[in-house]
Formats: sequence, C-alpha cells, structure tokens
Amino acid sequence: MGGDPAGDINHEQHDFALWEKRVDALMVLASSVGLMNTDSLRRVLEDMGKESYETMSYYERWIASVSQNMVEAGAFSTAELADKMAQVKARGTTYGDAT
Amino acid sequence: MKVRVHNNWPPGHIRTPAYLRGKAGEVERDIGLFNNPEQNAYRLPPQKSHLVRIRFTMSEVWGDAAETPDDVIEAEIYAHWLEPA
Amino acid sequence: MPHDNHDTLSTSGHPYRKDDDTALSYWQVMEIAVRELLIEKGHITAVQVHDQINTMDARSPAHGAKVVAHAWCNPEFKLALLADAAQASRDMGFDIGPMHLIAVENTASVHNVVVCTLCSCYPRNLLGLPPDWYKSRAYRSRTVIEPRKVLSEFGVDIAPDVQVRVHDSTADMRYIVLPTQPARTRGLLENELAQWVTRDSMIGVGLPQAPN
Repeated sequence: MGGDPAGDINHEQHDFALWEKRVDALMVLASSVGLMNTDSLRRVLEDMGKESYETMSYYERWIASVSQNMVEAGAFSTAELADKMAQVKARGTTYGDAT
Repeated sequence: MKVRVHNNWPPGHIRTPAYLRGKAGEVERDIGLFNNPEQNAYRLPPQKSHLVRIRFTMSEVWGDAAETPDDVIEAEIYAHWLEPA
Repeated sequence: MPHDNHDTLSTSGHPYRKDDDTALSYWQVMEIAVRELLIEKGHITAVQVHDQINTMDARSPAHGAKVVAHAWCNPEFKLALLADAAQASRDMGFDIGPMHLIAVENTASVHNVVVCTLCSCYPRNLLGLPPDWYKSRAYRSRTVIEPRKVLSEFGVDIAPDVQVRVHDSTADMRYIVLPTQPARTRGLLENELAQWVTRDSMIGVGLPQAPN
C-alpha cells in the first residue's frame, strides 16, 4: 500500500450516519468482551481483498468484518445470522422501519 | 543502533509494511512488549514481541525516487522482524 | 428497539444524515441483525451501544486542542506529553481508554505528519473519528512517498531546510502532532490558544490557524 501509485486525495468529509456509528460501537464493544480484536478486524478486512475498496464503503467493510469475526468467535452461527437478517428485512424498506 | 527489516514475504496478517521490508534504519525507541498481531489476528494466544520505532531515511526506502532524501519515515516494527544491519 | 435520539449536531457542526428514510441496504440489515443477535445472546446490551456512540461523539479535536494549548503554556506538561502522551492526556482528565499515544513535536527544523498505510489507525479516543480523506487509499499510499506534495495540496508548504518526518502508525501506537505555537499568539490565554489548534494541525497536514 505505502508508495503505491495513487491519484488525488478527495478532501470531502461526510458526517456519519447512525448505522455507521452503530457499526463502530459494535466493533468496540465486541472487542471489549473478547469476541474479536483490532488485529482480527484488520485481518478479515485485508482478506476481503482490494476489490472491496471499490465496491464497499468504509463501514460496510467494517460490518462485514465484524460479522465474520462474530461467526468465527462462535457468538452466533451463520444460520442464525441468515434468519435474523431475513426477519430484519421483512420489517420494512427503510432503516428506520427495520431498526 | 542500526537494524534491518527482514526481507520476508509470508502470507497472512502482517503489520510490517511491504515498502519497508529489507530496509535499514536507526532505532528511535523501544516501546516495550506487545501482543504479536500475527497470532492475535487469528485468535491464537499471542506471544509478546518488543515493538520498536525505527527511523528510515527516504533515500533508504525509495532510492532515487525519494522526494527529499533526508526526510524520514518512522514506523513501529516488531522485534522478530528485525536483524542487526 | 427504541430509536436513539441522536438528533443533535454532529461534532463537525453538521446535522446527522437522516438515514431513517433511505432505502435499507444489505449492510444496514447486517448491522441491525448483528447488533440484535449480540444483545439477544447476552454479549452486549442496547444501553452499551447507545453509551458507546455517545462516548465517541463526545470525543473531538477540541480535546486534542486543549492538550496542545496546555503544552504551549506549561513547559513541564509539554515534557510529560512528549514522554508519555497517553498518561499526560489522562492527567488532563480525558478518558482515552486503553489507547497508546505518542506526541511528536514540530520545531523550526522538523515537521511531522501522521498516516496509517496499513489501515486507518488514528488517535480516535482523543480526537474523535478520523476524516474520510485520512482513510483513503490515496492519502495512505502517497504520504509515505511524497509527503511534501501531499502537504502542499493541503495548503502547507515546508521549507527545504525543515525535515519532514512521516509517522506510519503500523502497530499499537497512535500519534498526535504537537504543532508549533504561532508567534503572533504569544500572550493569549490557554483557552484562547486552544481555538487556534485545528484537527489538521494535529495530524500534520495543517498549521494552527486563527479561529473564525
């Protein structure tokens, strides 16, 4: 990464949406109870590959990493996650409806 | 004290940046013992390794491509990645 | 789950994006699912999530600015800050959690700038969340090879007789730049000085500036 060719730095900044702040909080809290750590967060992010930078935003990558970390830690199973995601999706079409 | 970063290229989670491998620098300070991230990343019980701040000149790191040869990069490198230079 | 009441202004002074009425994305579904599962399984509580968000929201560059201004006014504190920036910050009353922090001092002959080439490590427990550009691949890859060019794009031109030191926070340390106190601020009170210390000056891509 360091020294790789790269273009202009985009100086725009965005304010964090509530769901993004929740992702951040989940990472901190899951780490504090020993289900993951900064290194395991980073390792899963790295394993997602360079393409994930093109197709996913920062906190989209983070929730993907946290989620995989939780499955690895045995906090919940992939099947439980799938069922829960289906339930959440069925609640409505906006984040407000689904929360 | 002059040290060199191992010119090793293992797979997996490594916190030694690629651009510093094989480069030599001066020890700026020893920060103490920290968990080896190479084990922590996989939830293996981590061994402790000394974390050392190393100062590299830009000319050492980038050669002729250095923007300013005497500017420096300082990075934290785990002791098991270092050898005497 | 009750809606959190986060309708105050964010730390940048802008209102939070209202995401309640945007189309639900796959990743938002995942966030809700992961959070609810972790709560149902007893690993965390909803109150903890709420409190952690508030804790991070309360952290902002203003905290770092106070630390810098205090160092400008107190030579002893400045030495303590340069020796152990985490402890010095805690001694000022800031709860930075387990973060390890190193302060690097700008001088007449040295200008420091901080980057994390490997991910986006940032002293968030003192300064709050990092700006998007700090996390960008362009900043992370270019700052270690052409720092002066990057700095000039941020509006900071470093003289040839000043050494640029790029700190790549590769491991457990986080970094804060202690900018040089501008000569024209001599005589100002500490709380006035803190207004001059910008977030960018503590990353090293800016210099202290007169407040608006």
